[in-house]
Amino acid sequence: MTTQVDRSGWSAAAPQKPPITQVGVLGWLHQNLFSSVGNSLLTVVTLLLLGWALNGIAQWLLGAFWAPVWENRKLFAAGPYPNEALGQPQALLLLLALLFGLSAGRWGSLLRDVGIGLAALLAVLTLLPLGMETQLRMGIALLLLLGGYVAGLRLPFPNRLLVGGWVATLPLTFIVLSGGIALPGQFTTAVPTNLWGGVMLTLLLTVVGIAFSFPLGVLLALGRRSHLPVVKGFCIAYIELIRGAPLITLLFMSMVLLPLFLPATAPSPPALIRVMVAITLFSAAYLAETIRGGLQAIPSGQYEAADALGLGVVDKLRLVILPQALTKVIPALVGQFISLFKDTALVALVGLLDLLGVAKSVVQQPTWLGVPGGVTREVYLFTALIYFIFSFGMSFASKRLEANLNTGKR
Amino acid sequence: MLRPTHPRTRITTEISDNENSATESIANDIIVIRNVNKWYGTFQALRNINLTVKRQEVVVIIGPSGSGKSTLIRTINRLEEHQSGDIIVDDIPLTHNVRNIEKIRMETGMVFQQFNLFPHLTVLDNITLAQIHVRKRRKPEAQATAMELLERVGIPEQAGKFPAQLSGGQQQRVAIARALAMDPKIMLFDEPTSALDPEMIREVLDVMRELAHTGMTMLVVTHEMGFAREVANRVVFMDGGEIVEINTPDAFFTNPQQDRTKSFLQKIL
Repeated sequence: MTTQVDRSGWSAAAPQKPPITQVGVLGWLHQNLFSSVGNSLLTVVTLLLLGWALNGIAQWLLGAFWAPVWENRKLFAAGPYPNEALGQPQALLLLLALLFGLSAGRWGSLLRDVGIGLAALLAVLTLLPLGMETQLRMGIALLLLLGGYVAGLRLPFPNRLLVGGWVATLPLTFIVLSGGIALPGQFTTAVPTNLWGGVMLTLLLTVVGIAFSFPLGVLLALGRRSHLPVVKGFCIAYIELIRGAPLITLLFMSMVLLPLFLPATAPSPPALIRVMVAITLFSAAYLAETIRGGLQAIPSGQYEAADALGLGVVDKLRLVILPQALTKVIPALVGQFISLFKDTALVALVGLLDLLGVAKSVVQQPTWLGVPGGVTREVYLFTALIYFIFSFGMSFASKRLEANLNTGKR
Repeated sequence: MLRPTHPRTRITTEISDNENSATESIANDIIVIRNVNKWYGTFQALRNINLTVKRQEVVVIIGPSGSGKSTLIRTINRLEEHQSGDIIVDDIPLTHNVRNIEKIRMETGMVFQQFNLFPHLTVLDNITLAQIHVRKRRKPEAQATAMELLERVGIPEQAGKFPAQLSGGQQQRVAIARALAMDPKIMLFDEPTSALDPEMIREVLDVMRELAHTGMTMLVVTHEMGFAREVANRVVFMDGGEIVEINTPDAFFTNPQQDRTKSFLQKIL
């Protein structure tokens, strides 16, 4: 087979095989690692360094002292939240697992992938020897997640129910965690917000921060592009002022300055609420600028087409402009959500015991004073791992979301 | 207020200084443009425009680039604001009144040079969006209308695709279907074939020709002289922001009255 002849009478040379050094494993190695003498040398040296480092890490991991992490697992999970009331966050977890399962079954794609991650997490927690009761509850949560998924696939309940469920979740979270309305028979324990802590607090701050700062950011971005001078001026002033200060300043202001402005007799809002407000206001200013970037990338023809069709301002933004603008800035938006997640660690500086706050307190526990070399490395490595898992999860979700939204457009 | 033209060419223009005859003809005049001026900063884009379009009439506007022809048809549905003069569309005066603007936009469909389809929506959703949210139709009804129109423009099989998966000619046909789905009384075409590859111009012009035969009132800015000659009831020639000449296509192309028209036609024909 030397030539191929097609119907038009043109002859084309048959494709020849590329040289062996171009394809396959050998080709890859040749191109990427050993393309020249210098590169080959670099490859060898890098491999040696890598081996040495990995060996050291492995040695340390084997000899590491994990007791402070294991003994304080409850502290890492929920901070100083009273033991006798742990049923409350656990009940909340069950509810969330069910809701997430139902949503993943109904909407699929991205939620299903994230759901797989959550299921894996719950499975690990079920298998870890955390104690009979906790393991049982994690197992139930896992079953609810999976069951919810199947139910979401099969049962014909309206989507509105799910959306309503998610909207109700936020206030419900506060009610359940704080021990809520005293029910007859007193099933629940009242827990003041300053006892909420650990991963639970970190996640709560993140979710609340995202849920409130995102719509606020959209409004600020739209306002900054408004033709009304007052609206535009206010939005610019807000965005620039907030971006001109570090988050920690806002946190201190909310903790120290706010009470000074309130009348002495007025009950000042709990620290948790003040911190949430500060994080939300801070994050919104940054989100607004990112979203504005997306809005600017939308050609004026899109506005004109929507106008010409008679769509009103709200419908035009909601149905035509924002879906496109937000899709364009997903990577940047998720980047900011990840920042927000990690920035919540700053609340440790104003006295809340979030994940990092717990880590700091664990390191200082007198129990570990005698441990040679201290327990700092183990505790902070574990803390970093938890931050990484959630950050990576968000990053992964962002990639999937982008891919999903781009299907059919290439 | 037309520029002086030869009396014979004015037969079809029907612009009357006489109030009585103006009110008589108003029922049949779907677009009335009187003494309209528009400036971009200090640059005057439209100079004292007078034009009346009758129901079911096809008016083609031609002229060199920068002559204000696109600006003119974009003032009709308020994509551009005019600063003086009156525009009345189907007896609704175009003022700052948002209600009136909304009403006029519901009655006028527009097709753009760059199609301006919504890239995040499928072809079907592009056509149903405004039906559902502006005309308040139920989804199945809107979809049925959309499919009917896609049949009419010849691409029902593309309903589930996204605009970027379509050729330029197909996209423009979807854009026409999207505008028609709102049951407009008037269709405005702003250089609908200028962004198309030559082999796709024809499929779009075919759809427009068919539309003209159904009696749609059409205002078309185009460089397609063949289309103007064949389909238009009247041809409007604009230059430097003013209407230089209005005539029937035959008279316009064979016997132009104004020097500017002659020199333009010499350049392009």
